[in-house]
Formats: sequence, C-alpha cells, structure tokens
Amino acid sequence: MTRAEGKRLRAGVAFTSLWIVGLAVFTAYPVAASLFYSFCDYSILKAPVWCGLENYRQLAQDELFWKSLRNTLFYAGLSVPLGTAVALGLAVLLNCEVGGRSLFRLLFFMPSIVPVVASAMLWLWIFNGKYGLMNGFLDLFLSPFGLHGPAWLADPSWSKPALVIMSLWGTGNAVVIYLAGLQNVPAELYEAAEIDGASAWRRFIHVTLPAIAPVVAFNAIMALIGAMQLFAQAYIMSEAANGNGNASDGNPARSTLFYTIYLFSTAFQDLRMGYASAMAYVLFLITAALTWMAAQFSRGRYEDSP
Amino acid sequence: MSPRHKACLPLLLAAALPAGAAQAVHVTYWEKWVGFEAQADQAVIDRFNRSQDRIVVDYSSVSHTDRKTLVATAGGDPPDIAGLNEQNIATFADAEALLPLDDFIRRDGMTNTEWLSRYYPVYARICSHAGHVYAGISTPKVMALYWNKTLFREAGLDPDRPPRTLAEFDDYSRRLTKRDPATGRLTQVGFLPQDPGWWPWIFCSWFGGKLFDEQRVTFASDPRNVAAYDWIQSFTRDYGLDNVKVLSSEFGPWASPSAPFFTGRIAMVFQGVFYDNYIHQYKPGLDYGVGPWPEAVPGVTDFAMAEADVLVIPRGARHVREAWEFIKYVNSANPDARTRDELRGAELLDYLQVKNSPLRVWSPFFAEHNLHPHIAMMRRLSASPNVVSAPDLGIWQEYYREVISSFDRVRLLDATPREAMAFSQSRLEKSWERYRRSLERHGQWAALGETAP
Repeated sequence: MTRAEGKRLRAGVAFTSLWIVGLAVFTAYPVAASLFYSFCDYSILKAPVWCGLENYRQLAQDELFWKSLRNTLFYAGLSVPLGTAVALGLAVLLNCEVGGRSLFRLLFFMPSIVPVVASAMLWLWIFNGKYGLMNGFLDLFLSPFGLHGPAWLADPSWSKPALVIMSLWGTGNAVVIYLAGLQNVPAELYEAAEIDGASAWRRFIHVTLPAIAPVVAFNAIMALIGAMQLFAQAYIMSEAANGNGNASDGNPARSTLFYTIYLFSTAFQDLRMGYASAMAYVLFLITAALTWMAAQFSRGRYEDSP
Repeated sequence: MSPRHKACLPLLLAAALPAGAAQAVHVTYWEKWVGFEAQADQAVIDRFNRSQDRIVVDYSSVSHTDRKTLVATAGGDPPDIAGLNEQNIATFADAEALLPLDDFIRRDGMTNTEWLSRYYPVYARICSHAGHVYAGISTPKVMALYWNKTLFREAGLDPDRPPRTLAEFDDYSRRLTKRDPATGRLTQVGFLPQDPGWWPWIFCSWFGGKLFDEQRVTFASDPRNVAAYDWIQSFTRDYGLDNVKVLSSEFGPWASPSAPFFTGRIAMVFQGVFYDNYIHQYKPGLDYGVGPWPEAVPGVTDFAMAEADVLVIPRGARHVREAWEFIKYVNSANPDARTRDELRGAELLDYLQVKNSPLRVWSPFFAEHNLHPHIAMMRRLSASPNVVSAPDLGIWQEYYREVISSFDRVRLLDATPREAMAFSQSRLEKSWERYRRSLERHGQWAALGETAP
C-alpha cells in the first residue's frame, strides 16, 4: 500500500468511524453475545451460566417450538406466493396507460405507510365476525344458503388465513419495485412479440415475467424473510380479538402463535434469554436456508429463461 | 441584633429555603396508569410530597412497566419504585431483580408478620414470596359475581337473589339463555366462561382444585380441576360451538359500550371491583347486582378471587430508603379519617380509584362514604377466608399461558378437558424441572426450595 493509499484508507475509516462504531456496538456485539447466551442459562438479570447444548436439545423436544414453526411456515407458505401474485398483478395494471394512473399508484401505495398498529386496529373491525366488512361482503353470497362468515380472528381455523389476507394490504412497497422493473423491460421485446401475434397473456408470460424475474425473486425473498419474522400484527390482533390479558400466546388456542411471538414471550415473560437466543439462531438458520433455496430456485428459473 | 440585621433575616431565610428544597431526594416511580387512575396516583403522591420535605416522588406513566423495569434493572438504571403486577413478583424476585423489604420493616421496629398483619390475608400473601416481603399493594382488586337485574326479572328470577350454589348458577344460566325461535341462534346467554377470560385458572380453585402442591404441578392430576374444565366445556356443548361463535363475534371490547354485559347479551359475569367504574362510564343506569361466587364446593361460601398491582423496589435503585418511605405511606391509612381531606395513603388512592382497600382497618369515611356502590360486598369478599389469589410461582407466566391454551382448546371443543390439561401438565412439569435446575445452577434453590409453594 502506497502512502497515498494509506492516507485515503485512514480518511475513509475516519469518515465511516461513526457507522463502524454503531455497527459494532449495536449490531455485531448483540449478535455475537446472543450466540454465546444461546449456550447459557441466562435470565438477563443474573450472570449467564454455561449449559452447553441444553437449550438446543430442549428446543428439539419443545412442542410449542414446532407448533410455532408450523404456524409460521403456514403463514409464509400462503402469504408469500399470494402477496407476490397480488403485487405483481397490481403493478402490471398500474403500468397500463390509463388516466389517473398516478392517483391509482398513490392509492395502492398508501396502505404500506400506515403504521402497523393503526392498520391492525382497522383490520380488527374488518374481521369482526358480526359487524365486519369481510363478513358483510361474504354474507351476500353465503346467507342465501343459511351460512355465515367465520369468526376469523376468534376462530382457530380462520385466524391465520385472516392474517394472510391482511398481509395483502401492505403490498405497496413490492408494487413500487415491480413497477420499476416493468418499466425497464425493453419495449422492442413487446413489439417483436406483438408482430409474432402473441396475446397479452403470452406477452406477460414469455416477455414480462422472464424480464423481471430477478425483481420477482428479490421481492419474494424479502417477503419470505418478513413472513418468517411476523410479529406485530399477530401480537396486537390476537390479543385484541381474544382478550386473555398479557398472555401473548397466539390466541385462540395458539393458532397464531408464530415463531417470534413464542420467542418474545420466552424472553420477556419467562426471562429465558438463553433459550430465546437459541430460538433466534435457529430462526436465522431456517430463514437463511429458505432464502438460499428460494434464490437457487429462482436463479435456475430466470437463467434458463430465453 | 440591630434593626438592619432583623430586616435581613426574612431574606436570609428565603434564600435558605430553596437550598433546603434542592436537597430533597427525588424518587422515580414508574406506573402503568394513565387517565383517572393516574390522577389518583398523582393526588396521593402530591399529598405524600407535601407531608414531608425530604422526599419528592416523581411519577411517570410507563406502558409495559414490567418489561421496561426488567430491561432497566438489567442495565443498572432502574426506577426507585416500579408498579408491577403481582404475577411478576415471584419471577422477578427469583431472578434477583427485586429488593426484599424485610430490612426496612425491621428497621422500623417490626417483624414481617407484624407488617403484613395490616392487610387482609390474601393481600399479605400477594406481598410475600419465599419467606420475604417484596412488595406493597398499590391497586387491590377483588372479583365478584355481577348480574343483570333486568334480565333476571325478564326470566322470572328474583333480581335481588343471586344464585347461591353451582347447581343454582347452572339453572339460572339456562333460564337466562334465549334463542331466536326461527334460527335457533343464541340471542342471550346466562353465562359464558370466556367472558372476560382473563383468569381461566380461577375455575379450578372455585371447584376446590389446586394448581400446585408440594413441588408438583397438579393442573391435570387434580380431579377437581378436570371437573372445572368439564363444566366449562359443558357451556359450549349446550349452546353449540357455532352458535357461540356467532353470538360472541358481536361482542365489543370489555371496556366499551358494546361489551356483552352492557348490551344484555350475557346476564352474569365474574368481574373485578373496577367494573363498576366502567358500568358507570359505558352503561349508566344499568340495573345490576354484585355478590359472592356461588358455592361450588359445599360449605365454601363467600368464595372470590383477589389480585393486586404492587409497588416494588428494583435491585440497583438509587434511593431505596426513600422509596420504602413512599411504599409505606401508600400501604398505610388514617384509621380515624372522617372527611375526604383526612384520608391518607391506601385509602386516599383507593377512594379516588373507586376500589377496595387492602387494609384490614377502614376509616369511617372510607367505609361509609365510598363512591363504590358495592364496597361493603367487596370488603366482605376481601376479608373472606375463601378468597384466593394466583399461585406464588416463579413459572406462573408459563403456567398461565398453558392454562389459557387448555381453556381455549376445551371451550372450542378442540380437545377433551383431560387431553388438553394433560398436554399442559406435561409441559409444565418440564418447565418446573427446568426452573428448579436453573435455580440450582445459580445457587438459589437451597434457599428457595424450602419455602417454595
């Protein structure tokens, strides 16, 4: 390294030192410390005591760990593909040359900037079994057959689907990214396809989708990571819809006990920070594995595409 | 002293006063309340601050006080006083997050037993854990049976005579239940165990069961607990699961005008002393009665449940003696008070919050001019030998979640009571074993094990 390069390096480090210190203190240290604590019996209030792999062994035998994981995968399995399809569909529609396009874009983006607590409160009313908009709409079709919409958040069979439906409300961010992707698709590809007599659907399948495949992959992976960390909406809505005080247990009947909710109650109610740290690392590994699989899958798709 | 010096004296005194005031110790107090309860807290604090010149209590409304106290204590900067829920005491105390109050009590020339004798026994139990006093009471609560007298009249029942036995309670509940003749859907029920659903464990105690006994979890192994959950499930079976879902989906939050007791959808509920405040706010004019829980176990009369919000001193607090002075003030009263201005400490707080006092001795003003219309019943239940509180257990938070899970599964017909409770018991046995092992690791079990419930 020349003297000039060394000087530039020092200047660069000096200018980024605040960020480096912040990263080290507020991210790197907690990440490293929680890895250590995951091998400890640790309550946050007393010194950690090393217990080896005990937390991980207990996790493997913990029915709620598996239940919360199943609930989370169920949610991710539904919300990610559905959210991707809805966001992509909206982006394609909003990319059309129609009057008031900017207004429509604004309207569809707005829900994603509504604070999560406010939107949770709103959806609590939408999913109210008796007075909610959702059942008001469904009953138009169900009531002639003597049927009634479900109790949604108060019904263990419908509480997770309700949260999946709610997740579609916040697809605005993904729509914006898809829109950017769609606008980068070369117009000549569409022209060539049109000349070849391709229908709108075929143009979408054979031109649009391959062209924006990396964008779809990026959005899907981000959505998957977000879904695996679902917390706030479920935490607020399951308590508000089912009472039970501060139990934070994914009511009703643990049907919305998602991984991070179980992690949170283990850490902050039971004061089992060591066990919660182990849970966090397992979640990290699961999410990393799923992300890797999704990346491999999508890479195969868009690299093979014409 | 010359006249000029005499003239200067008031000025010198005035200059000295702020210096004296500046030396007063500021005690930080975190409490959950906002609204009128916070105003009541502040009024008590103001009176305490005015009653002496050494200590100034600074009140802060803090949401999720327990979690924030936990993190602040771990970080070495806790408040001097924290307002927690009683369920936190055992967990926090076992984690060495709380300062025992024993030394302060001793310094004041009392034994723990003498100090605790000021409370009704159930509140004395709440303040103690593992042979130590860890807390003072801030907001006491006692839960009773509330019934809608109008619905009683409509059903041909005597509105002034609540059910006295479990059999009567079931009979009343059936007679108070109405269905739409055309659809068979429920339009009104006598009782629904999940409303409000905050204390699903209490049904076990009501049926005479124990949740913990001799170092063992007895949730599923005590047949009286199973009988209680059988009883809970009988409501869903009688009403029909779908009917219950449809009816309950129109219930608004418990503290709102659309709460089912206020709209007349439920005729009888078990609710706390605080419920009257909400009735007056959301359903003024509701004709209702308040009484003890009916006899579920023959001979066990005046059964009720009590709980409390408590004041504790987190370990690491800076002004522990001053904090104790305030806790002592809030847990004392003027037994001779004959006017509102003469009320002190607990009675002033409970008078303003319209709740019962946890203390055995009530002043004439508090007893006779209380704003709570059913305060005499609340006093009777607080003093009852059959009033119970949640078990004093370090794993109570986990236990509570398991009880709720079983309760949900049972009421939703997802499992038989025996199945649901056996699942929970198996988890809780492992939790207790793990908790015990953790205390051993930290060298605490020897001390705690002897006094554990």
